[in-house]
Amino acid sequence: MNIAELHRREYGRILATLIRAVGDFDLAEDSLSEAFEAALVQWPEKGPPKNPVAWLISTARHKAIDRIRHRELAERKQREIAAQLEPEEEAPVPLDSLRLIFTCCHPSLAPEAQMALTLRTVCGLATEEIARAFLVSVPTLAQRLVRAKAKIKGARIPYEVPEDDALAERLETVMGVVYLVFNEGYSASFGAELVRAELCADAIGLGRLLRELLPAEREPKGLLALMLLHDSRRATRTDARGGLVTLEDQDRSRWDRAKIAEGAALVEQAMRGPAPGRYAVQAAVAAQHARAPSVADTDWRRIAALYDRFVEIDPSPVVELNRAVAVAMADGFERGLTLLETIDLPGYHLLPATRADLLRRLGRFAEAATAYREALALVTNEAERSFLEGRLAEVSKPR
Amino acid sequence: MQYLLLCCIDEKAWDALPETERDQVMQRYDEWSQELVRSGHFRAGAKLQSSATATTVRETQGKRVLMDGPFAETREQVGGYHLVECKDLDEAISIAGRIPTLPVGGAIEVRPLEPTPHR
Repeated sequence: MNIAELHRREYGRILATLIRAVGDFDLAEDSLSEAFEAALVQWPEKGPPKNPVAWLISTARHKAIDRIRHRELAERKQREIAAQLEPEEEAPVPLDSLRLIFTCCHPSLAPEAQMALTLRTVCGLATEEIARAFLVSVPTLAQRLVRAKAKIKGARIPYEVPEDDALAERLETVMGVVYLVFNEGYSASFGAELVRAELCADAIGLGRLLRELLPAEREPKGLLALMLLHDSRRATRTDARGGLVTLEDQDRSRWDRAKIAEGAALVEQAMRGPAPGRYAVQAAVAAQHARAPSVADTDWRRIAALYDRFVEIDPSPVVELNRAVAVAMADGFERGLTLLETIDLPGYHLLPATRADLLRRLGRFAEAATAYREALALVTNEAERSFLEGRLAEVSKPR
Repeated sequence: MQYLLLCCIDEKAWDALPETERDQVMQRYDEWSQELVRSGHFRAGAKLQSSATATTVRETQGKRVLMDGPFAETREQVGGYHLVECKDLDEAISIAGRIPTLPVGGAIEVRPLEPTPHR
């Protein structure tokens, strides 16, 4: 493994352990950067160490101790520095990664800060990469990170996995951040495909971490399943020119079978038992799509039933909209249209777009055209806009 | 680590509550304060008189200028404060989260104190 790859894979895990050992985000980050720099100089000369991770941890620790010594000398304090640091560790401690993610996603930090800090520290993304992914300037993002780290230190946000009674609520925030990262990669309308694929991979990596380190919790399984199942279709969601391809027209033979199999197995576990969570139910819907040979051969009744459960967990007009689509596919487009009339979603382009689609399928082209125009007035995503324009042209053709 | 819990509430909304309800909240407040002393977190605290009794002092062109009222005209006013000793922010948040004015529209600002340099 070369150093760049090592950085990519191990940065977050090593950093997590260092932060606990030295008790300071900035000190741990700076020392780890120095350790990687030292590796870049020394390894090509002397050959890589037998255990590169252990080497990086111990080098970074020594750099941290040096820095503390300097600081303490400057402040003329006489303290046993080495005694403060816990016994030397050879390998990253998995629990530290979990501590780190809970600290980065502490609810007292702003949501943008939670996301940026998680990507920077746990996933080891460079500030420039995160800025590019979220379309903000590098100084803005750097400032956001500095402020968040200052608050962690100043307000003393604990470096701990929350106790049992607080865990469920805090885990909800953590999972929300992970899923946001995934969605930024999966459905953002901007950014290079490569950057977005990285974000999806990072989110899935975080999902794996949560599942492995919190084996007793059910929802991390649901979240990981949901991300894997969506990601299995990622390559088929856009055509060669970046245009949107609907579920109906996607080439199902190109869906990633390994991800589908892993996701489907996780869905089973996450749905087992009473009251499955929101991610589990959404993943169960995605699994239905993933296993269907075509849109026509999809079990839409089962999907509609799953949306019924989702409405119970988290009632929202967007979920109602999805439910209406499933009902339309299962029980007829007219039935779907009737349901759409009861949904109040002002300003959301997918409501008229869905109505337009059902009218198109019913052959009511004039009404469909009106609904497409309504949707076009609201849409902001360019890929979706050109898709809707294409459909509008199609239903407007003289027949 | 010490945290200042600044208790804010919309005074008009508070005054509009029936007296029995205000009494109940204040009774729960007493219990909460006593618990804080027992648990060893308490350092200081008091209820403030209404913001109508506030005076703001500023300096303009070298002169002290006094103004009637609090320095910021907001919907919520500071109504009391507590200084607590906690191991970390989570503990402070957990203490703040039990303050009895929350269910009647209160808001608590949790602010860590700058550590005093010991020489």
